[in-house]
Parts: sequence; C-alpha cells; structure tokens
Amino acid sequence: MVSSAAPESPAGPGGKPVVSIQDVTHRYGGVVALDGISLDIPSGIMVGIVGPDGVGKSTLMALAAGSKKLQQGRVIVLDGDIADVRHRRAVGPRVAYMPQGLGKNLYLELSVHDNVDFMARLFGLSAEERKVRVKELLQATGLARFADRPAGKLSGGMKQKVGLCGALVHDPDLLILDEPTTGVDPLSRRQFWTLIDEIRAGRPGMSVIISTAYMDEAQQWDWIVAMDAGRVLATGTPAALMERTGTKDLEQCFITLLPEEKRRGHKVLTIPPRAPGKAEMAIEAHGLTRRFGTFTAVDHVTLSIERGEIFGFLGSNGCGKSTTMKMLTGLLPATEGTAKLFGSSVEAGSMEVRKNLGYMTQAFSLYGELSVHQNLVLHARLYHLPPEQAKARIEELVERFGLGAHLEALAEDLPMGLRQRLSLAVAVLHGPQILILDEPTSGVDPVARDSFWELLIDLSRKQGVTIFVTTHFMNEGMRCDRISLMNAGKVLACDAPQKLIEARRADSLETAFIAYMEDSAASTAPPVESKATAPAHVPAAEEPAPQPARTEQSPLRLGLGRMLAYTHNEAMQILRDPIRLAFAFVGSALLMLVFGFGITTDVEHIRYASLDLDQSPESRAYLEQFAAAGRFFEATPPARSADEALRRLQSDDVSVVLEMPPRFGLDFRRGSGPEVLAQVDGAMTFRGDTVEQYVQGVHSGLLRDPASGLRTAVPQEYAANIEERYMYNPTFESIYSIVPSVPALLLLLIPAILMTVSIVREKELGSIINFYVTPTGRLEYLVGKQLPYIAIGMVNFVILTVLALIVFRVPIKGSFLTLLLCTLFYVAATTGIGMVTSTFTGSQVAAVFVTAILTIVPTIQFSGLLQPVSTLQGGAGFVGSIWPASYYMHASLGAYTKGLGAGLIMRDVLFLAACIPILLAISFMGLRKQEK
Amino acid sequence: MKPLLNILWLGLKEIRSLLSDVVMVVFVIYAFTLAIYVQATGTSSEVNNASIAFVDEDGSALSKELLNAFYPPRFMLPEIITAADAQADMDRGRFMFVVVIPPRFEHDLRAGRNPDIQVNIDATAMQQAGIGAGYIRNIINDRIESFLKRTEESGPKPVQLVIRKLFNPNGISSWFKSVVAIINQITLLTVVLTGAAVIREREHGTLEHLLVMPLSSFEIAMAKVWANSLVILIATGVSLLVVVDMVLKVPFAGSVLLWFAGVVLYLFFATALGIFLGTISRSMAQFALLIILVVLVLMLLSGGSTPVESQPKWLQYLTYLLPARHFVSFSQIIIYRGGGLEAVWRQFLMVAAVGVGFFAYSLALFRKSIAVTQ
Repeated sequence: MVSSAAPESPAGPGGKPVVSIQDVTHRYGGVVALDGISLDIPSGIMVGIVGPDGVGKSTLMALAAGSKKLQQGRVIVLDGDIADVRHRRAVGPRVAYMPQGLGKNLYLELSVHDNVDFMARLFGLSAEERKVRVKELLQATGLARFADRPAGKLSGGMKQKVGLCGALVHDPDLLILDEPTTGVDPLSRRQFWTLIDEIRAGRPGMSVIISTAYMDEAQQWDWIVAMDAGRVLATGTPAALMERTGTKDLEQCFITLLPEEKRRGHKVLTIPPRAPGKAEMAIEAHGLTRRFGTFTAVDHVTLSIERGEIFGFLGSNGCGKSTTMKMLTGLLPATEGTAKLFGSSVEAGSMEVRKNLGYMTQAFSLYGELSVHQNLVLHARLYHLPPEQAKARIEELVERFGLGAHLEALAEDLPMGLRQRLSLAVAVLHGPQILILDEPTSGVDPVARDSFWELLIDLSRKQGVTIFVTTHFMNEGMRCDRISLMNAGKVLACDAPQKLIEARRADSLETAFIAYMEDSAASTAPPVESKATAPAHVPAAEEPAPQPARTEQSPLRLGLGRMLAYTHNEAMQILRDPIRLAFAFVGSALLMLVFGFGITTDVEHIRYASLDLDQSPESRAYLEQFAAAGRFFEATPPARSADEALRRLQSDDVSVVLEMPPRFGLDFRRGSGPEVLAQVDGAMTFRGDTVEQYVQGVHSGLLRDPASGLRTAVPQEYAANIEERYMYNPTFESIYSIVPSVPALLLLLIPAILMTVSIVREKELGSIINFYVTPTGRLEYLVGKQLPYIAIGMVNFVILTVLALIVFRVPIKGSFLTLLLCTLFYVAATTGIGMVTSTFTGSQVAAVFVTAILTIVPTIQFSGLLQPVSTLQGGAGFVGSIWPASYYMHASLGAYTKGLGAGLIMRDVLFLAACIPILLAISFMGLRKQEK
Repeated sequence: MKPLLNILWLGLKEIRSLLSDVVMVVFVIYAFTLAIYVQATGTSSEVNNASIAFVDEDGSALSKELLNAFYPPRFMLPEIITAADAQADMDRGRFMFVVVIPPRFEHDLRAGRNPDIQVNIDATAMQQAGIGAGYIRNIINDRIESFLKRTEESGPKPVQLVIRKLFNPNGISSWFKSVVAIINQITLLTVVLTGAAVIREREHGTLEHLLVMPLSSFEIAMAKVWANSLVILIATGVSLLVVVDMVLKVPFAGSVLLWFAGVVLYLFFATALGIFLGTISRSMAQFALLIILVVLVLMLLSGGSTPVESQPKWLQYLTYLLPARHFVSFSQIIIYRGGGLEAVWRQFLMVAAVGVGFFAYSLALFRKSIAVTQ
C-alpha cells in the first residue's frame, strides 16, 4: 500500500489538513470498501479523488461528511473528531455535501426553488434571508428561469446545479462533491467547473474535495488522490504524479500506478485501419424522429453506417442516444422517418432483424441471479442454436472473453469489467452482423475498458461486425472510425473524430464538442444553460464576512423551523404524487364502501326446499310457517326425493332441506311427537350456525302460535318467557356494527403505510442524506414528517364519516366532539406505528407489506372487529388490550351505535393519548442520524 | 414449436430467478403453511368464551341452576353483577350478554305464570350475538325443563325438530377457514410473484434485452404465467396435504384432481392480474400500494369472509364477474359437499372466460407499455 501519511507539501495555503483520515477501514457485509486508509487532505485547495467505480471513493467522502457512520479508525474534520456527535452538530453548518447520483438528495416532485429553499430552511435562514439567498444562487447558476420546474424533469447537469445550490446555501467552509459530473454533457460540465471556480474565488478559504471517474477532468486540479480497491495508490499534484510515472496524461498515469497483477496483459491499444473497398451499408436512418407527448426526444436523425465500421455516439444523459438506439433495434416505433438494417426496413417486432442484432443495454442487463454459464446457455436456447453448435460456441466465447474461471459464479457477483465482457459475450453469441452497445463501459476501470475495446476491435476488423456504440468518454470516442455528437435530440456533427477536431481547430474532442454545442445553442434558441459562462453574480464574492447571512436565533425556534420545513416539504411531495394521493383518499373511501356493502353478517333469504313425504294438512301447515317467515327464508320448488335434495344441497342451490316424515300428520294427531328433519348445509360454518338458529326459532314459534294450526291441546305450562333485548342495535343489522368499526382499521392501515413509505422512501432514494448532514434533530424530523399525515388521517375521518352518514345512513348517536378528539389521538398513534415500522424496513416494498400485515392482522383478530375483546384470553387478550385499534373501535362504536357519552369514551381517549409519546420514543431510538 | 420452446426456456429462467430470491421463497413458504394455520385456527365465528354476567334478583335454587349451566369453552364463567351496574358494564364492553332473573322467578314459574327472563345482548358483536343468544335461549329452556322434571310433570313436545348439519357436522370453523385462507393466499401470492417478476425485469433492464431477441411479448408473458402458476400450484398442493389434511384434519369430500383443475383455471386469471398491476405501476412501491387495495377488495367480496347472498343485489351482479367468487364457490362444492363436475361446470366456465378475457387485455397493455418505455 502506498500510504501517504506524510503528503508532499501541497500547494494550498492551509497549514493544517482540513480532513485527516487515520487508519480507516470500512466494510459492507464481507466486502472491504476501505482498507486501512490514512490520508491528510490539505485545506484551502481543490482536491480530486480519482479512480473507477467501486474503489471506495464515495465511502471515503461520506465518512468525511459525517453522513456515514465510522466503523474503524479516526476521521478528523475541521479540527474535530467526526465520530463525536457534538462536533458533528457544531461543524455541520460549515460542511456541505453533495452525494453521488444525479440529484440523489433532491426531492424530484418539488420545484427547483422549493428544493433549495428547503435546504435553506434546514440551516435556519429566516424567510427574508432565504428569499434573497435562493434567488441569488439560482441566478448565479442560470437556474432562475426554471425555478418552478419539478426537479425530476431537469436534465442531469441541471440537477447537479440544483444540488450545488442546496449545498452552497449556507456558505460552507468545506465543500464535498461526490462525482458531480458523471453523466453530464461536456458543456454543462465545463459550466459547472466555471461555477465552482467563481465560488472559490469569492471564498478563498474554502476547501473543496471532489471525486471523479473522468481522469482528464482531474488533471486541472490542485492535488490528486488516486484510489484503487479501497487503498490509496498515490497522492500529489497532477504534474508531480505524471512526472513520477513518466506519462503524458492522468489516465495513463493511473494505469501505471495500478499494482502489477492488474496491469498484466494491458498494452497500449492500437487500432488497425479498416480495410477499404466494399461499402455495403449496414445501418441507414433517415429523418428518424421520436416524440413523447410534446417532448421531442430525437429530432430528425440521419445516419449511414458501413459494414464493419465502429460508429460512436457521444452525448449526455437524456440527449436521445438511447431512444435512437431503440428505434434502430425496433424496440421503439419511430414517430417519423425510417431506419434500415442491411437494406431491409426495421419494423417494430420483426423477428428477422432481431436475429441479426446483438444488443447490450445501458447498465448490466443480464440475469444477475443466474450463473455465467446459465446466462450463456439461456441465450443460446432463446436463439435456437442447435445444442452441439451452442456448446462449441459457448466454449469458444468463454475462451476468448476470459470467462473460464468464473463459469459458475453468479453474474451479479462479478466485478464490473467482467460483467461487461459477459454482456458482450451474450450479445455476440448468435453471431450477429450488427452490435448495438449502449454505454457499455460506464463505471469500468481503465484497464478493463481497454481490454473490452480490444474485443470490439477484433470483432470489427476480423469478423466484419458493425458496431454502434455510445459513450461518455471522449477518449473512447477517439477510438471510433466515425462519431456523431448528439445534444438535445439532434446530431450536431458526424465525421471521423480527428476531422471534427480539425474542423473546429480545437485541441481535443471535448473542446470540439463544446464548440458545436455552443453553436447549436446560439443558432436555435436563447441560451438555456449558458448563463454561468458569463461572469455570473456570485453572492459569496461580494460578501467578505465568512457567515454573512446568519442572524442568531434561539435553538428552539431553529428546531421548530426545521420541523416545519419538513412538514412543508412532505405536504408538497404528497400533493404531487398521484398514486400516494389516490391511495390516501380514494383508497379509504373505496375500502369503506367495499366493507360496508360487502361485509355483512346478516344471513337472509336462505334458500330452502321441502321434502314432504307425508303430504298431510299438518305437514303442509308446518312448512307453511317457513314460507311465511319473511325475509329470512326463500322457498324453492319442493324436492321430490332424498337424492334430489342432497344434490341440491351439494351444488349450493339450497342451504336447508326440511324433511317431513311419512305419517307426520297421523303421529301429530296422536300426540306421539313426530320428528321433523332439517338438513342444514354446514360448509360455511357461520352461515350454518345461523341457519340452525333460524330454523329452531321458526319451529318453536309455530308451536306457540295459535294461528299455525298446529297448536296442540296441551299448552306448554311452566315455561319462562325469554325476552331478548338487542341492545344498541335493535334491528340487529350488521351495518350498524361494521360501518363504525371499519374506520378503526382504515385510519390505522392507511396513515401507517403512508408514514412508513415517506421515511423509507427517503432511505431508498437517498434524500435522507439531507437529514444526515444538516443540523436537523431526530424529533424534528419525525414530527415534521408526521404532521401532514395526521392531517390526511383527519381528512380521511371526515370522508368516512360523510360516507357513513349519507351512503350507509348510520348516524352518530353519541358525542361527535369526543370522537373527533379520539380520532386525532388515534391517527397520531397510527402514524407513530408507521414510524416504528420504518425503523426496521429497508425498502418501500418491504415497508408496505410489513406494515400492512402488522396492522391488519391484530386489528382484525384482536381488536373486536370479529370477536369482542372481552372474549379474548391469554396472548390474544393481551395484544387486544394494548392495541390502539381496540380502544378506537370501542370509541367509534360507542359514538355511532351505542350512543355513549363523553365520559365512557374518555378512557379510550386517555389510552390513545398515552400511545403517542411511547411510539415516538421507540421511533426516536430506532432512527439513525448517520448511514451505517 | 419455437414459441413453445421459448416459453419453456424463459419459464425455467423465471423459476430459477424466483428460487434464488430467498426472501420471496421464505414468504411463499410462510404464506402457505404457518399463515394458513394461524388464519384457520385464529378467530372463529363459533361462540367461544363469550363473556356473560347474571343479575340474579331471585336467588333461588333455580336461578343458581341456570347460572351453573354456563361454562367454558362456549361461555366464560358468568359473573354476578347488580342491576345498577348492568348498563354501565355493557357500555364499557365488559360483557356481551347480561341475563336478568327477576325477583320471585322460581315461584312465579311454579305457579304457571310464565315469568320473564331478560337477556341483554350486545348487538354490535354481530358474529356472536345472534348465535350466542340462540344458545342462551336453548340452555335456559332445557335447564328449566329438566329442573321442573325432577319435581313436576311435564308432557312430551308435540313435534321434535332434529337438525342435522351436513358436510361439517360439528361446525368446526377451521375446516372452512383453512380453505378460504388457501384461496386468499393463492390470490395474493400469485399476483405478487407475477407482478414483481414483470417489474423486476423492467427495473433491471432485462426486459429490453429480451425484446431485442427474436421473442414475442406473448411468449414472455406466457412464460411468467406458467412458471409462477407452477410454483403456486406446488405450494398449494403441499399446503393442502400438510396443513389442511395432516395438521387440521379437514376431510376432502370431492375429487382432488377436479379441484386442482379449477385452481389452474383460476391461476390464469390471477397471473393476468399480476401482469396487469405490474404493467401499470411505475415502481415496486406503487405496485405494493395497489396490491393492498386490489387484493383486499378481492378477498372481501369473494364470499370467503361473509356469504355472497348477504351482499346487496346490485353488488352481487358485480361480484358475479369476479373469478375469486366462483373460486370460493366451487372450492366449497368440491371440498366439503363432494360435488362433481356437473355441480361446478358453471363456475369453471365463468372463471375460464373472465381469466382468458383479462389475460388478453393485460397482454395488450403489457405489449403497449413496453413499446413506449423510455
């Protein structure tokens, strides 16, 4: 390991290092991300951390920003230990951190202005300060025109600028930017660096630490840390490093610095010229256009590519490269224009074209859960290669692509470089004439990239395969026979790379590209993002004081401000997310209707058949009583035989058969007590039990009823008269019980799920970083996010109450105000349950299912919905006695159906109120202030 | 031939992917074993441990006799409360039933004056109140009769009613609930597995990859249908054998083969629903929210929770279109009542018709959605 415990004296003015990393090791599961690193980063200058993806750059930066929890070692930032909570809190406002990923810490539903404003609120700027500051920053970055656009609809470069505004809103002393320019077009990239330079000019003392995978970018910076495999390869100024390795550019320098075993087999790539002569057209596109709604993704692209050519497509994320490729492959129909492969037109879905095509999508698109060999075999089968031929072909490819040692490894466990080789192997498996590769090398280290290109060159030159490839890397563009530069759906120029450079008299492809972009911007519309290239008004430049816009406020007020910032933020987000909004409001109404209409325990209209084997006046009189039992029984044609009766019971045609025995009338008149047989369908137990009771009821009724014609001479003396009082619900209709009970379930399920999703979503999408790196307290965060959901819960309550009153006509007999108070406490408690489940679930899907199961099951089983709490015993009784839904169910039934006054509901109110702080405390303890 | 082979290979891949997803496998196993057992034996609509109290203003030998007639497991041991407390205790939900025996009850009874016994029922406990009240009435009548028999004359009843319960003579609710639980899990798991397979393929970009190969969207969808159906079918078989048959000892009256034929028809619908939901949701999170709503509605309206006949007529016409309802219906006919094909062909036909129709619709949607993925 090349440690640099004593760095070469850096050029910066700062004597003390701004960040000092001492013997830090970091692991993710079994994978070592940082391997015993020690490093002093000098202050006051621009420091670049370079290396390919997955070498530990991001981990290092997150540790320095205090957003990730330190596992082993020490990190000193701005003269204090970052592992110390108090130091983190004190130093937080002086550090700004922008995580990797385009706009990862932005809220995509919120507008540009609201995103920056939110960060300003978290750092405690007052309303007037915010107004001025946000406006200044947006103007300086050229975003002012897009202030009202949702962040999700911005291009990558613009998202990065919004992120930067958010980071700079509080004038930091240390700016940490993790791959801010990955996936951003060259012009935006240049503008971004100009912006950083201007900001640094205004705040000379500010230290900047930036990571990048583009070596050429880092060449301009003051000091470089080259990293590989969790270790530091070398540190120093770019010039010193290149001198030490005797190389001309940083990329070559980096390769030279790599340990011997990684470099083995690497040689400088040479590209043999293409054999001239036959000029068969492999790909021809004419006026290819694709629109999505009003947005034109690809605008009249015309191309012609010869067989065996390596054709490069350069451009930023979202410029239309991928869409063009999809149209060429027939994945996406073109809105206008034509595309032809080898002279035959590409129609969406044409099987012949697809057989001639090999495709590698952006990112890794094979089945990660299958092994290397299984992936190859699956594709051989899908292309219907005969088994013998497939076996030979796979062996050949495994040999040539160097996959032999990894045949049984799962594809997802492979390192990036190997994965890409596997993808390529799969793409060429069936020997296609055309290969279409969408950003095949992003995230791959330089050595692996070169060996990948060797394979491509081999395919093109030796086998005459036409290769169409897109890339971000300018040096890869240089390797193509011809390239086309693309921006905003248009091809700006198309020729051999060297010719393009010469045509613009530029020193590099990047400069040429930028020149073309500027031309196109000038010729079409007023400049969109080029504001920053003009001398921008950078606020910090004019304000010499280190902390100009900060007025002292009491900690309590600051905390309250941050809490409300989260409330405001959350409310805006949910209002702009149609699915969650629909779930919040339509979901509860829908379920209420389904429960109210669909769930009823009223057993009515029981279909019965008689089997009268006697046919006497008495037997008919007996059966007559069932026909007269009103809505409870519904007669069907009598059965003629016992067989028929059984068959009808079997096919669910009838639920009960009344069988009058032969000689019923005779036995009755004799007083010898004949037996009537009632066969009841018991398959559905509840219905069977109820039917049994009804039959019993009609039977005992008719014996007493003189009108039945069956009244016996001997009246039943000595019997008690049982008077049944159906309290609270005299008509005994289930709607009066179901409708008031359902809100207890819905006001638990829906607020809890929405709450848990709101927190877990931030974890999954990355915006929780804002919580990690700002002074926001855990309680402020939780309560701030909870408030909008309590409000949603209350609106839901109103919806449910209106449905109960108007649709189901179930009135509230008791105290509405007490119920309202009870509901307020209840939704505060149920959102609390959502908070608790968010502490132990990692993905939104898990959060939804876990919360649904954890809330639905006890509510249905133990809180009185099906079985009264008073009948539960043991564990079930205990759960029922602490589950908030039991109390709310009692209160709701009490207020609606039982007509209980405030006094009887008060116990429920008090219990629910007591739940709130307990749930909040559990969530408070479960919420981490740093990433693990 | 080629399309069939494609469907076969893709389906095998689908099964491999599923088996490598440990969380999903554990979830499936749990759902078809423990979850079924818990649902089947958890709450019951049987009257069990009903809380009951007596207001005994008589204090006679007969009133003591009545009090002793209520005991577990059906009822909790009755508590004696005062008339003044009765209302408040019921308001608080302490008791479901309060029986009031008036003063001089035994005396009046012997005098042939037919005295009143009041049974107060908490009618908000729908499932138990009606059936429980019936039990109470019968118990009181029987006790009074046998009490008087020891001392007085009492004639035979003019007509005897014999009630015979078919198909589940002892009214064991776990018989019914276990099968409903399996039906619910089949719906939930099939939709989750199929929908998640569609979304996973889209999120990982492998769907695009498949589409540039000489494969049709029909083949891709069909592979998901058979692979996920097979997994669910095996899980169902194991669940039926182990949980329902061996543990809960529910007898299977009809033909097992016939029932599985019905399940296969239903799976066609359920997988189509999974593809539909997986296609219309933009992310796993949205999919999860949608599933909660859709599956809950399907379960509630299928007739597994409460009888379909109790729904309002207009709703019954709507639920007639739900395959889940016919699934519940033919399952009951085959499993409990031992009905054959002649008893269930209508349900089979309806499930198949809706399943195929919905599958065609989902496939069209799926095809359209992949055409416009950006």
